[in-house]
Amino acid sequence: MVILGTPNAESSKLYAMTVTEGDPTWAGPLAGEALGLPVFHVTESEVKGQVEDAVYEAEIGVAEMVLDVDAIGEAVNEIRSNNNGS
Amino acid sequence: MQLKGKKVIALGERDGVQGTAIANCARSAGAEVVLEVTHCFV
Repeated sequence: MVILGTPNAESSKLYAMTVTEGDPTWAGPLAGEALGLPVFHVTESEVKGQVEDAVYEAEIGVAEMVLDVDAIGEAVNEIRSNNNGS
Repeated sequence: MQLKGKKVIALGERDGVQGTAIANCARSAGAEVVLEVTHCFV
């Protein structure tokens, strides 16, 4: 499984696509390689809910405040849904 | 989705969340971190 720490929705989508469907830019070695790995962003509730609160607060707390968590979650979830359906 | 017992690749980014922070969270949830990197695009 892949957990991302990307700073915005665009980069999250790019990373998520690269580890599921293959590099969408066709620039790297994963071009055309559909790894199909389950991918989540570290701020998504599926991940956050399983991490000890104190650890999460210390490691992610500040970053979570400045990132657009909703847009990032939506972007990664979209790719995950596409991947599950294929 | 259950993290416990899973193998995790932590792909961090300097301007977002660093790989080390993701790895620490994953370990805290009982996962095994097999790769941890922090990319920088500056």
